[in-house]
Amino acid sequence: MSQQVSIRDMFFEETEELLEALTEGLAQMHAGAHDDETVNAVFRAVHSIKGGAGAFKLTALVAFAHRFETVLDEVRSHRLDPDADLMRILQRSADHLTVLVDDARSGEDTHGAQTPEFLSALDACLGGPAEPELEDLDGSFGFSAITLDLGDIAPAETPSGQPFTIIFWPHKGLYANGHDPALLIAALADLGEVWAEIDLTKLPDLDGFDPAKPCLGWTIHLTTTESETEIQSVFEFVEGLCDLHITAQHPVISSDPAPEVLVFDIAPEVLVIEPSVAAPVAESADRSIAEARRADAAQADGGLSEKNVPKPTLRVDLDRVDRLINAVGELIINQSMIAQRVSELRLATDADVVTHVEDYRLLARDIQEAVMAIRAQPVKPLFQRMSRIVREAADATGKTARLVTQGEGSEVDKTVVERLADPLTHMIRNAVDHGLETAEARIAAGKDPCGTIHLSAAHRSGAVIITIRDDGAGLNRRKILEIARKKNLVSGDAELTDPEIDALLFLPGFSTASTISNLSGRGVGLDVVRNAVVALGGRVSISSTPGQGTEFTISLPLTLAVLDGMVVSVAGQVMVIPITAILETIRPGNEELHVVGTTDRLLSVRGKFIPLVDVAEGLGFARPPNHPEPQTMLLVETETQGHCALIVDRVFDQRQVVIKGLDTNYGAVPGVSAATVLGDGQIALILDPDALANNRVLAPADARSTTKQTEGKLLATV
Amino acid sequence: MTIKVLAIDDSRTIRSLVHKVMVDAGFTCALADDGVQGVAKFKEDPPDVVITDLNMPNMDGYGVISAIRDGRIHRNVPILVLTTESAPHLKARAREAGATGWIVKPFDDEAIISVVRRVTGAKG
Repeated sequence: MSQQVSIRDMFFEETEELLEALTEGLAQMHAGAHDDETVNAVFRAVHSIKGGAGAFKLTALVAFAHRFETVLDEVRSHRLDPDADLMRILQRSADHLTVLVDDARSGEDTHGAQTPEFLSALDACLGGPAEPELEDLDGSFGFSAITLDLGDIAPAETPSGQPFTIIFWPHKGLYANGHDPALLIAALADLGEVWAEIDLTKLPDLDGFDPAKPCLGWTIHLTTTESETEIQSVFEFVEGLCDLHITAQHPVISSDPAPEVLVFDIAPEVLVIEPSVAAPVAESADRSIAEARRADAAQADGGLSEKNVPKPTLRVDLDRVDRLINAVGELIINQSMIAQRVSELRLATDADVVTHVEDYRLLARDIQEAVMAIRAQPVKPLFQRMSRIVREAADATGKTARLVTQGEGSEVDKTVVERLADPLTHMIRNAVDHGLETAEARIAAGKDPCGTIHLSAAHRSGAVIITIRDDGAGLNRRKILEIARKKNLVSGDAELTDPEIDALLFLPGFSTASTISNLSGRGVGLDVVRNAVVALGGRVSISSTPGQGTEFTISLPLTLAVLDGMVVSVAGQVMVIPITAILETIRPGNEELHVVGTTDRLLSVRGKFIPLVDVAEGLGFARPPNHPEPQTMLLVETETQGHCALIVDRVFDQRQVVIKGLDTNYGAVPGVSAATVLGDGQIALILDPDALANNRVLAPADARSTTKQTEGKLLATV
Repeated sequence: MTIKVLAIDDSRTIRSLVHKVMVDAGFTCALADDGVQGVAKFKEDPPDVVITDLNMPNMDGYGVISAIRDGRIHRNVPILVLTTESAPHLKARAREAGATGWIVKPFDDEAIISVVRRVTGAKG
């Protein structure tokens, strides 16, 4: 039973992949960049889904996939031209197939009601309702070839039932197709009593013997209670491959049983014709077929080396990978403990020890990277799903929109890909619903009436950057500010810079849509998106240019298990700052520090003023009275506040640390993203520079605006 | 003598199902993902019966049948086509290509086993 369940799981897993291939193929067809193989692959995807669904008796899915497949088959054989209208129907059908699969998986039927609508759209492509032949096909889906059950039919004690005479002359094709007369006769014997006579009249002399020519026939007397149809079904596979005459005889008078009746047994001597000897070579009549076959085979053989053969893969339980990742995490902690112990014991003077410790470090890192690569997955499937979201959103809002994707091959941790689906869906819907203008407004603005949503992914310094850009009207900042004031999210007289206004969108309870649309206005704001991204250790930022569109940038860590960190000390505490955030380490002179107002300080770096954030202060640590004034600054880049300089007491070194979540064991701490175990067993907090910088924003300071505006422009050009 | 089955199907699900059904019936079952691999496995370790899908990448079911029927050895091994197509012309085409029989999906376990027994002569 469990095996059946796991095969069912496998079916859905495989179907997921097939749906991806389907979406991808259809996208290629839509773009006009397809060849016959693309169409074939699309056809095969739907075909395989139908096949698998059939095996699990998912009839709704089978019925829809079948009609879908029929249309695709027409396209495949060039009887239908995949024009824009047809492509639209095919893509919608693929979407519907996806939801039907989801329904089948959950066992609910929430979308079945829409099926007739899609079916009629598909029928319309075929120029009318399904052909009768297809209806028939649906009707005969059950296994009709054979109904006899070998176990059930015990040979009757005495011959009873209807006698039949079967005259059976195999053609050479029967042997060529792998049939064996003895097996057919044996199958008849399962229906009742059989007496078979071999007809040797056509057997030539040895001189004229042609091994490729069949020369045997049988006359079979069968007495059975089964119908003639049952007898015919035995010969179903050899229909057309033999001369066959089945005639019903008058019932044998029971008082006169033929004593000489032999119960046929598969006696070895009956097997006079060894099939491999008798197998005829395909010739004349079948020439065209034979040639076509060879061409097929040659193509397949030759194509093998040229075509990109898929790389062999191994499917592994996720649990096993996670176990491995945990073990590697422990290995890295162990490695840093040994390294630390070695240096404490002053063994670092021994060249051998140093080399081995360093080798160990590199090796541990290699293992870790290799293990992380197992969990890495391309964002492609996620992106592909988004084209459906764009279509649905465009439909719901009456706009026209297309999705352009880039960098689909970028790989991110599996969990990140999974958990990104909801925020991304929401942002894409937002982009269509709020970002894009209506077709009329776009034409008035001199734009293409069809709006474009760009979705791209790229790797940048240990993070993956995902951008969602629309070419709509851009943010209406006046309106945003108005709403924020109305909702008391900002004080009435606060002067906010453009990026600061944009950032208001991420505040909880903010919603610009004056009328709640049935699409993105579901009470879920961008704050939820941001929380989801932050929970993944990522950042989201926004930039917008009036008239040209809005861009959201999500930056995410490549892995959730380890990070490269700078180990620092703050008020006697050891802490870790993610390397990805750090731009440089500075020990400024007094002349580079400037005081603004009473408490705020700025650091001048190459002519730019950057706000200073004292980490100790931010986290509420008090320094000992005689503690020397800290002099080390880490210049960090934050997503929302631009550049910022963090004040720390001391910088130790750069190290790879294993992330241990705090949230589950302790709770969220502002300014702290997680914790780690250091080489000496000490627990260190991993700081969140963004949160630290944000805390500071609460204090009014206008001097930062220059930096932020620069940053805003930078983002706009990314 | 255990019956050796070679199942060729590009669908993981179908392969696993056939494998399960065959093994449960006491047969041994080798698997191949596509026609090319199927023919290679056929040559490597000739089975007693082949069960193949028709629609597959690289080499389809007709190609598999041709490759086996045109081969030098074991060309008369029974080949069963496992397919969703039950249209008569497709059956005819499979037969022309040299298929021994066909099993229409969705197969039920009993039916597929009985067909395999029938074409191989294995006892129930």
